[in-house]
Amino acid sequence: MTVTEQLEASPGDGGREGTGEAMARLLKSWRLAGIFIPFVILFVVLSITSAPFLHTANLVNILDQQASYLDIAAAGTLVLVAGGIDLSVGATYGLTTVIAGELALHGQPVLAIVLAVGAGLLVGLVNGLIVTVLKINPLIATLATSFVIAGAALKVTSGNLIVLSATSSFFKFANAQFLTIPSAVWMSVVFVAVLALLLARTTFGRHVVAAGGNAEAARLAGVRVNLIRVVTFVISGGAAGLGGVIDTSRLLSAQAGSGGSQLAFTVLAGIVVGGTSIAGGEGSVVRTAIGVLFIALIGNGFNLLGVDPLYQQIVLGLLLIAAVALDVWARRRRR
Amino acid sequence: MTTGTFEDTPRAARTPGDDLVVAGVSKRFGGVPALTDVSLTVRAGTVHALIGENGAGKSTLGKIVSGVLTPDEGSVRLGGVELALRSPRDALARGIVTIAQELAIVPGLTVAENVYLGVEAHRGGFVRRREARRRFAELAERVGFHLSPDWLAGQLTTADQQKVEIMRALSRDASIVIMDEPTAALAEHETAALHAIIRSLAREGKSVILVSHFLSEVLALADEITTLRDGRVIRSVAAADATEETLIEGMLGRSLGAAFPEKTPPPSDAEVVLSVEGLVAPGVRDCSLEVRRGEIVGIAGLVGAGRSELARAIFRDARAQRGTVRLDGADLSARGPHHSIERGLAFIPESRKEMGLLVGRSVKENVSLARLDLVSRLGWVSGARERRAVAALLERTTVKTASLRLPVSMLSGGNQQKILFARAVMCGPRVLIADEPTRGVDVGSKRAIYDLIAEMAREGMGVVVISSELEEVLGLAHRVLVMRQGRIAAALEGAAMNQQAVLAAAFSESSDHQGVR
Repeated sequence: MTVTEQLEASPGDGGREGTGEAMARLLKSWRLAGIFIPFVILFVVLSITSAPFLHTANLVNILDQQASYLDIAAAGTLVLVAGGIDLSVGATYGLTTVIAGELALHGQPVLAIVLAVGAGLLVGLVNGLIVTVLKINPLIATLATSFVIAGAALKVTSGNLIVLSATSSFFKFANAQFLTIPSAVWMSVVFVAVLALLLARTTFGRHVVAAGGNAEAARLAGVRVNLIRVVTFVISGGAAGLGGVIDTSRLLSAQAGSGGSQLAFTVLAGIVVGGTSIAGGEGSVVRTAIGVLFIALIGNGFNLLGVDPLYQQIVLGLLLIAAVALDVWARRRRR
Repeated sequence: MTTGTFEDTPRAARTPGDDLVVAGVSKRFGGVPALTDVSLTVRAGTVHALIGENGAGKSTLGKIVSGVLTPDEGSVRLGGVELALRSPRDALARGIVTIAQELAIVPGLTVAENVYLGVEAHRGGFVRRREARRRFAELAERVGFHLSPDWLAGQLTTADQQKVEIMRALSRDASIVIMDEPTAALAEHETAALHAIIRSLAREGKSVILVSHFLSEVLALADEITTLRDGRVIRSVAAADATEETLIEGMLGRSLGAAFPEKTPPPSDAEVVLSVEGLVAPGVRDCSLEVRRGEIVGIAGLVGAGRSELARAIFRDARAQRGTVRLDGADLSARGPHHSIERGLAFIPESRKEMGLLVGRSVKENVSLARLDLVSRLGWVSGARERRAVAALLERTTVKTASLRLPVSMLSGGNQQKILFARAVMCGPRVLIADEPTRGVDVGSKRAIYDLIAEMAREGMGVVVISSELEEVLGLAHRVLVMRQGRIAAALEGAAMNQQAVLAAAFSESSDHQGVR
């Protein structure tokens, strides 16, 4: 008799809610802890093995580099929980960097920010409508739109790299310092916090969970499933736009090909490592943030310790398998 | 314990060696006993029924015999040989097959392919189609099901899918067949066919272990009945010596009293709260009906007669081609379920797992889902208000749960169903439509749900109850509508409201009935 069988057997027969709850609580806390424990362990290991790791400059630098990823992954969590997936964020990010770059180059910093984020929101709206109105599988729909968007981004710059100067006021958008931390980090912290509360504490968040957990039941309970899904895509597109603007301002350059599938997959990896289910219906923005930072720590650690970066990808791949296996395993308990 | 009657039955043709003996079996889940020292003997060539409330241990016992679970103590012996079953596959190899409550068919394969899944007739890796066809025809003949071998299993109705499952079990040449609620999804005539099969299995010298909530079915089919309560055997008796009353008393440890609450029909001048006129929708052909304040209207009919389709069309979930739905005199436009709920129409769907619950989420979230606006301000959910509201609703609907945060998957079927009622009550509806309100629910919870429905009607709600259980419709409703082929074939009231009239209307092929066409 394995633990597996015990857990599988108990729900079916009911009447034994007492142990059921104890197990559910244990399982839940264990899953919650899932990403925190490895994160803390990795953090401690890096602190011991690498002297420069704990320097404020290094840590702030990690956060600064991850700002756009954190935004996009936080929004992507909502999409996933609602039962969708957004593969177009990389292309959207690329498009919005070049829009922001072009406008900043022409001395329009405010317009650059507004139109780039606006373009992201628009892409999200289109994605959402394709998924809900045309009823195309979100994986395919956003894969398809990502080609269209990437092509449009190339058209904007004719494939050229845009380089901005550090004297422009646009530079301050992501690099203004507050309490020695750049505004890019502050923005992503606020954005992540807002989305975390939105998912965990609001009626909208409950509806997102319901839409992804059991769309049919949610609809019959009066949840406007399609509307909810469209909104999650719009938030995701907007986050990609914000990420694009932040990085354009931070790096002072923009290129249509930046982002792309590399960004889309890394963000997805962060969400999944954070324990959000690819099947929808549950997830946490905070754990996504930890997941993204965990992956960033691996990269940072490999750099600091001088390990061949090719191992970094192998480790990330294995980690993903472990995270998804854990999710599948945990889900089976509940049937 | 009386077993003498068996000796007189003409079923004979059984060797004592084939008896299945469960001796002193105990099983615990995380320290909580599910079965305690259970012993019983299933004689070859008999039908042995296991009854008890949800959680009494019937399914656990079935799972032990079929190798899904291993006992902590005790043994299961077949023909004197101990079976140390490690998996359902082990059990299959010993000729023990299970027809489970949850169907396990592959929707993309045909009926015949599903029946012979895993044991296809083949030569050198290629399926021998003609051979498979011949075997299927023989089997279909034997069991008396009329299913085309070439239909895709995924396109069949639930009842037909169940037949596929049954045919699969019978094709495996089993000596012991375990059936867990086999007729729950079947219409009456299909149930009769299945009963005939169960009897013929026993005549062939096979043993059938029947787990069922339907006491009349158990009494009609079983040779011996074992009652379980709280994981213990209360008694095993010959079916001939048992009555529904004694069985219920054994299951509950007390007598149930009347099966249904007293009817309180609304005054004849009660206002109409729901009025449906000429509704045409997928599966629904020109239906008109009215429900008055405080009235319980039952909808009967065969599975597939359009009952659930009508419910969903009224709820404005399915798109209606024609017709109007008026709630409290105002037109209920077809803007979808969210709009219908806002206007005061609540709906409890037929399948609580697929269409009702978020199984992995908490009791609290499942109850408050439809009316989160009542416990939130500007979209922000107030935890304390939500807990208070849900706790009050759970008390009202007599849900037993250790905690509001427990996932609903951990609750029994009865409690899960009551959670859907709690959600509906929270909607504060003028009219409630409940589709199969007690499917897969134990006897005790059934009565609680009936009481709840009657109470809601007494408080002035209009209630529509759809059910495949004729007794339920007749026992609860003040008026019964019978559906056939998408139409309301008859409206029965008063003395005309009886089993015969309902069946006549449900089955009759002609259209010259007393029906409203």
